[in-house]
Amino acid sequence: MVAIETINLEKTYAVGFWRKKPRVALRPLNLTVEEGEVFGFLGPNGAGKTTTLKLLMGLVIPTGGTARILGKNIDEAEIKAQIGFLPEQPYFYDYLTAKELLEYYAQLSGVEPKERTRKIEAMLERVGLKDAARVQLRKFSKGMLQRVGLAQAILHDPKVIFLDEPMSGLDPMGRREVRDLIEELKQQGKTVFFSTHILSDAEALCDRVAVIHQGELRGVGHVAELTSSVAGKVELIWNGSAVPDGFSALGAECHMSGETIRAVVPEVQQEAALEILRRERLRLNSLTPVRSSLEEYYVQKVSLAAKPAGAAR
Amino acid sequence: MSRVVRIAANTFREAVRDRVLYNLIAFALLLSGAAILVGQISVGIERLVVVNLGLTAVSLFGVVIAIFIGIGLVSKEMEKRTLYTVLSRPVRRWEFIVGKFLGLTGTLFVNTFFMAIGVFAALLYVSHKFQSSDAWILVALFFIVLQFLILCALALLFSSFSSPLLSAVFAFSLFVIGSFAEDLRGFARMSRGLAQGLATTAAYLVPNFSALNVIGQVAHEQPISAHLIAYNTAYALAYSAMAICGAVLIFERRNLK
Ligand SMILES: Nc1ncnc2c1ncn2[C@@H]1O[C@H](COP(=O)(O)OP(=O)(O)O)[C@@H](O)[C@H]1O
Ligand SMILES: [Mg+2]
Repeated sequence: MVAIETINLEKTYAVGFWRKKPRVALRPLNLTVEEGEVFGFLGPNGAGKTTTLKLLMGLVIPTGGTARILGKNIDEAEIKAQIGFLPEQPYFYDYLTAKELLEYYAQLSGVEPKERTRKIEAMLERVGLKDAARVQLRKFSKGMLQRVGLAQAILHDPKVIFLDEPMSGLDPMGRREVRDLIEELKQQGKTVFFSTHILSDAEALCDRVAVIHQGELRGVGHVAELTSSVAGKVELIWNGSAVPDGFSALGAECHMSGETIRAVVPEVQQEAALEILRRERLRLNSLTPVRSSLEEYYVQKVSLAAKPAGAAR
Repeated sequence: MSRVVRIAANTFREAVRDRVLYNLIAFALLLSGAAILVGQISVGIERLVVVNLGLTAVSLFGVVIAIFIGIGLVSKEMEKRTLYTVLSRPVRRWEFIVGKFLGLTGTLFVNTFFMAIGVFAALLYVSHKFQSSDAWILVALFFIVLQFLILCALALLFSSFSSPLLSAVFAFSLFVIGSFAEDLRGFARMSRGLAQGLATTAAYLVPNFSALNVIGQVAHEQPISAHLIAYNTAYALAYSAMAICGAVLIFERRNLK
């Protein structure tokens, strides 16, 4: 079954105080996410990721198009009981304690009174806030707020979970925990749709990703499929006094510091480069992929010039 | 419906934790100071002074709370983005507005309740007994609460399309103008031509706070007619309902920034 479906969903803001100028935040977007998928929504800052999520949550009103979640139109309030949402840099009622906040949200989401306490306790434990349950949120650090945000997003056991930049602003441990949480949600059969500009996270977690730039969908597909279309690069390091002949023909970028030579060559030329080193009897110190190929794909998609305005209309 | 109640209860909790009810301390100090002073100097008019002063203070304290919290009810939640995680739940936007409104009016009701106790205590202190005409004070208090209802609704309405500062200015102006609504209506009747049309429209559009102000009458122990009570109740409910509807209509179409 289809979990999320957008049909020509678009948003143009009117900016300016007096003479309002249109600013396109999202060009007509057609996207389908299957149930049970972990879907990454990638793009640089200002690409339109948050706008898309806010449209899906009904927080901003689309200029055109519609969207459906679990087969229901997004303006039906009932469907929201099946949705969890973590906003970008979340902020909550700071006069409440973590426990009170979750209680309030559980009530609003219609969690059975019988189950409320147990679910809240379990959730606080799960996000590591058990000891801070009775502390007012005004005393929470950014990382702790992010944890509260995750807790409120999954508290009512939703089927589809939307996370806006869930890893940004977290320390490495925090990021790791969020990754584990997303994995867990996937194991439970949930659909997770998250936006990020951290590609390694997307690569590690996602079944499929979409790349969006300047409000326009630039590509969508399985990570493996997308990356097979772009060639990666590898870095070779060895000791030597000069760059052997033939390296420039491979399209290598070489760099010498002291006795160490560093060369970056396209992945397809890896064998050829190794062959040259073998012939010259040079000993290789290391061979590493320079950038993930998802990053290559992303850079390629994002550096394409935008289509002329109006072309997508 | 239960969601409206939850939102109202949370709004009340916020007001309490933000120490809104601390205004009661200032009120108590003011009133007890006045009662002691009046008890010492005036002869025969202690009642008049205490009722007048007490009820006016109840009204003004409440008006300030109604306007200043009212304008922030929704705009603050938009500003701080606390609304995101509420409206992404099965909560309709009108439920949010109505819940917020009921939460603040509930807060004001509780606040007024405690102030009323203070007024009656001061009254007892200066005149040593209650008399049957004191019951009209309850009617005056009821009318004051009706004023708060209208003001909260207006503050919400203004803040749904303008900045908090402008909303406060609008709401305060309307409170002042509305306190002279009867005079405005009289004016309108006396003018003629196009001016009359405009003046009449304006006079009937502003909330009629003057009809809701019976402090002078009850201070002078005059009774309030049942007709006025019924009329004022219906008027205040209808007026605030319309303002809330307006606020909902605007809010339904808004993008959360
Ligand atoms: N409320 C708004 N009013 C006007 N323009 C906006 C508003 N919100 C976002 N935008 C614009 O829409 C574009 C996309 O923003 P956003 O969706 O926040 O990007 P992202 O989340 O990918 O960083 C940006 O150019 C931004 O300036
Ligand atoms: Mg964003």
